[in-house]
Amino acid sequence: MAFLHRVGPRSYAFADLKDLMAKATPLRSGDVLAGIAAASAEESVAARMCLAEVPLKAFLSQALIPYETDEVTRLILDTHDAAAFAPVASMTVGDFRDHLLSHEATPAALARLAPGLTPEMVAAVSKIMRNQDLILVARKCPVVTRFRNTIGLPGTMAVRLQPNHPTDDAAGVSASILDGLLYGAGDAVIGINPASDSLPVIERLLKLMDEVIGRFEIPTQSCVLTHVTSSIELMNRGAPVDLVFQSIAGTEGANRSFGVDLAVLKEAADAARALKRGTVGQNAMYFETGQGSALSADAHHGVDQQTCEARAYAVARAFEPLLVNTVVGFIGPEYLYDGKQIIRAGLEDHFCGKLLGVPLGVDVCYTNHAEADQDDMDSLLTLLAAAGVTYVMGIPGADDVMLNYQSTSFHDALYVREVFGLKRAPEFEAWLARMGITGPDGRIAPASASHPLLGFVERAA
Amino acid sequence: MTPRDPWLAFARHTPARIALGRTGASLPTDEVLRFALAHAQARDAVHTPFDGEAVAQGIAELGLPVLAADSAAASRDIYLRRPDLGRRLSDESRLRLAEAAGGEVDLAIVAADGLSSTAVHVQAVPFLAALKPWVAAEGWSLAPVVVARQARVALGDEAGALLKARAVLVLIGERPGLSSPDSLGLYLTFAPRPGRSDAERNCISNVRGDGLTFEAAAFKLSWLLREAFRRGLTGVDLKDDSDAVAQEARRPLTAG
Repeated sequence: MAFLHRVGPRSYAFADLKDLMAKATPLRSGDVLAGIAAASAEESVAARMCLAEVPLKAFLSQALIPYETDEVTRLILDTHDAAAFAPVASMTVGDFRDHLLSHEATPAALARLAPGLTPEMVAAVSKIMRNQDLILVARKCPVVTRFRNTIGLPGTMAVRLQPNHPTDDAAGVSASILDGLLYGAGDAVIGINPASDSLPVIERLLKLMDEVIGRFEIPTQSCVLTHVTSSIELMNRGAPVDLVFQSIAGTEGANRSFGVDLAVLKEAADAARALKRGTVGQNAMYFETGQGSALSADAHHGVDQQTCEARAYAVARAFEPLLVNTVVGFIGPEYLYDGKQIIRAGLEDHFCGKLLGVPLGVDVCYTNHAEADQDDMDSLLTLLAAAGVTYVMGIPGADDVMLNYQSTSFHDALYVREVFGLKRAPEFEAWLARMGITGPDGRIAPASASHPLLGFVERAA
Repeated sequence: MTPRDPWLAFARHTPARIALGRTGASLPTDEVLRFALAHAQARDAVHTPFDGEAVAQGIAELGLPVLAADSAAASRDIYLRRPDLGRRLSDESRLRLAEAAGGEVDLAIVAADGLSSTAVHVQAVPFLAALKPWVAAEGWSLAPVVVARQARVALGDEAGALLKARAVLVLIGERPGLSSPDSLGLYLTFAPRPGRSDAERNCISNVRGDGLTFEAAAFKLSWLLREAFRRGLTGVDLKDDSDAVAQEARRPLTAG
């Protein structure tokens, strides 16, 4: 179905809903690369005006990616909750923005609404929202998950401790874990991106983290971010797998390029839950996403990258994850060119995830071939903290020496805690106090050379 | 001066920026400036021009025939914005590879600049020197080594298909990090042809002096290649179990 919008003497035609969505998207290099971006600034705003008049219901009858050929579309439409959708069923996209920002849209009301929303509806409304709108509404959508601690409570922000090492060296990984714990990070997960795909190496890393968590009774969980089929094999071998990780995307084809489908994700989620390694809950999956992955896999079907990204959250939502994060600036300048595009995308992704009921964290990051720097990261981190982000990354000095990109540091997390008064997951906060890592004011206490945590690095060496 | 953290001694175990100290919640001044310098150097590394001739000469000195090639991306700026062009050969290079192709071979090797030409300048020749004895020991036949400019990993699919190779190995400069602007990645793809997905490749990353050594990388690569030929595939279904091999078996056995 074609759409038409008139601005003064000019009229703009959009071939179908996905064309309208793509042209309404704030400018980014990935949509230009795909050849689907608006040709002018005026066309982009005309598309937004036109999109604001589209009924939300249209997204239930006009699939952007065909139902017959894409299992993600089938998942979205087959699990849509019409009763939850009912309160907004007669709204247009523009009405929906006004509703989300209204005081009637309370946290409880938005949580009830989530199962009635599709990623396309959420992506559509985000396109006509300013950054402050994305922050204000996301802040009203806390999502709480549990494994060995409680993630996502209002007033908290968690940190993934990311102790990567270029050769997966046990002492090197241990040194970074120690650094993170003593800087008060690690409540979201201690999660290693392995340099190697080797199963024996990954199993050693799992055992190393399991031993640290066990020995010091740390209320947190571990993860080696390897392919889901490797985690299944490792669970079969009896390795101590807490969270199962997988990169996911918003189309069947892009997921296939990652070597996964919904069936294998379900197999992994069932296996991880069956281990019952959580103590306060069994949210046992950890997913990463990022705008541009569907285009990179040539599996975007002409749908803009931000809408594809929102569809990935529908995939995540189906498996009740503990953690989901967009790796917003990782994929490179061909998808998000500079700091401005990265900041906008980070806020969009966080908003879309939260409104859909997904525990969204953000890897606030950039690569050295993008037009961005630490100042851009400071801006995005601060905006996300204002928006109630579930967690961010914690990397020694913000420099990931294995993946070769810059993310946020343990210090960065302390900075936003100072500015916004954000606490950690309560179980972890109590552990830090018990271990003397934080003082009575909740701040990091002066470190002691005789702290018991220091011993385990020597043992790993 | 802000005090250093008492676990500073553990910094010898990792290139990661641990035990930086703090002033309040924040980084000390010297660390902020040290980071800014590293970022400036990494930015410069992305834009260092590729010296394909020198790389080709080094490979030729190992006794391996070499072919120069360009991707369809004509400049660095186009390369950064148009990854699709970096994945394809230029028309001229396509013709040159097609003309150079002989009969079927076991392996085609592509040395590509990727996002760090420095990595290829420094690591490609010594890695190939370490790989050569494995190739000889296994009796694998090789196509001429392609040295490719403004290239991404998937360019190897087209090159490998043109050179009639059963598998293609792409050596490529990884995105430069603050602490490792010269890291080489190895991507192995069985039955290369345009359209292969990343899930159909095996990757060995961080090959460089301070990372995975050339000998260790050559051992892993040859283990994967042997398994790829045996099972007829690469990618997520080929799990790297090479670390289960005993240390003494990690040297190439040359015919005595």
